[in-house]
Amino acid sequence: MQRSHISEQYDLELSQLRDQLMEMGGLVEQQVNKACSSLVSHDIHLAEEVRDTESRLNQMEVDLDDECVGIIAKRQPTAGDLRAVVSVMKLITDLERIGDEADRIAKMAISLIEFETPVDQYASFRQMQQQVVRQLSHALDAFARLDVESALRVIEDDHDIDRAYTKLVKACVEGMQSSPTEAEHLVGLMWATRALERIGDHCKNISEYVIYQVKGKDVRHADDVNIG
Amino acid sequence: METQITDPVDEVSENPGRSPDEEISVVVNDLSLSYGASEALSNISMSIARERVSAFIGPSGCGKSTLLRCFNRMNDLIDDVTITGEIIFSDMDIHDERVDVADLRRRIGMVFQRPNPFPKSIYENVAYGLRIQGEDSKAVLDERVEWALKSAALWDEVKDRLKESALGLSGGQQQRLVIARAIAIKPSVLLLDEPASALDPISTLKIEELIHQLKDEYTIVIVTHNMQQAARVSDYTAFLYLGELIEFGTTDDIFRNPQKSQTEDYITGRYG
Repeated sequence: MQRSHISEQYDLELSQLRDQLMEMGGLVEQQVNKACSSLVSHDIHLAEEVRDTESRLNQMEVDLDDECVGIIAKRQPTAGDLRAVVSVMKLITDLERIGDEADRIAKMAISLIEFETPVDQYASFRQMQQQVVRQLSHALDAFARLDVESALRVIEDDHDIDRAYTKLVKACVEGMQSSPTEAEHLVGLMWATRALERIGDHCKNISEYVIYQVKGKDVRHADDVNIG
Repeated sequence: METQITDPVDEVSENPGRSPDEEISVVVNDLSLSYGASEALSNISMSIARERVSAFIGPSGCGKSTLLRCFNRMNDLIDDVTITGEIIFSDMDIHDERVDVADLRRRIGMVFQRPNPFPKSIYENVAYGLRIQGEDSKAVLDERVEWALKSAALWDEVKDRLKESALGLSGGQQQRLVIARAIAIKPSVLLLDEPASALDPISTLKIEELIHQLKDEYTIVIVTHNMQQAARVSDYTAFLYLGELIEFGTTDDIFRNPQKSQTEDYITGRYG
């Protein structure tokens, strides 16, 4: 357990920053879930809800960035505090981009609403969605608990998401070849799948920030994650 | 993907005074110092890199100023001091009986917290050390005074009033004058004991800029209470606590990712 700062106000500012970040993380999780559900269940209202909420996420990004800049200006954080603030600033960007991907899926759900019969590939999409949402939840948990082991697992599991993505794209292409009438529908689904895969990448980024914050090691772009 | 988790703290725990990987100016070996029965420094070992800035930080009473004063034997002036261990400078322990202390202090100069100009003219303050050394050529003195005042970033402010009393200068100017006085005799090491703590923020920044410029030619060791100052001006930082060297490393490492929790607690404001 880390000791408190001599300045209680500083402790309060850092803990508020984390609370707001976790609130943003929670909202992003909801957005992804709702966007995917709207696509699979052809629920236009749900998709529109996702699109309406997007601006709230953007505002959260701006507000959190502003808080971080304020802490740097006033407190000149060092060591673990510095790494915490830097990680939060980076993480906000990833969360906002996950929000953008959710928005993209919702947009796709709206454009595909006319195709009433769901294609077979929705089952695989649903499965990949579950994988990605689990990754997001684990990445945010790892950040909240500063849990390096969990972060490392998320990084490793990103390969599964990439594999699922490749498989689903292949299935969509095969679907287009066998039933050209579903091509437009399947192209839309492919875009949504691509968005899910990108969300997986952002989860990996989030996990890398956890490692940076705890260990002070930058493992981005590393072939092997060696945090020794 | 290969994943390994080892705790980096274990790797350095027995070696707080890791030597910088570059040319060394001063080596401290197992130095301990006691005032009477009270130990102020305990088994300090470290190497000070040549033409770099090394900062000593730590809470009051941690021994950082005492350690700094050891480098030019200022502690000799205090009664009842016992020093063991060695400080190697120019291939010799500075405590060796063959060392001439006046010569040592010429080569390892010191600037204190409060500016202490002599009640003489600006010119005579800077020329003082050279005159003591027997230099009386006006041309040599003029040249060296101008050089020292320029090096101390003070020349433009005082060149038209060199004959006026140094006591008429502002605190920040006086401190730069004292630095000019110290470098006029061309020491190789400059010890700065909280050189900016009595100055306003702008004068402080001028001193910091000066330190940055001087390190091209001098090995600088600075004691400071101001951690941000240590972060700004130094290449290496040593954290001392209760007379022990807790951690010594590059300033980048110490302020971004210190290996000891005591260092982290101190620099992030969790100490106390």
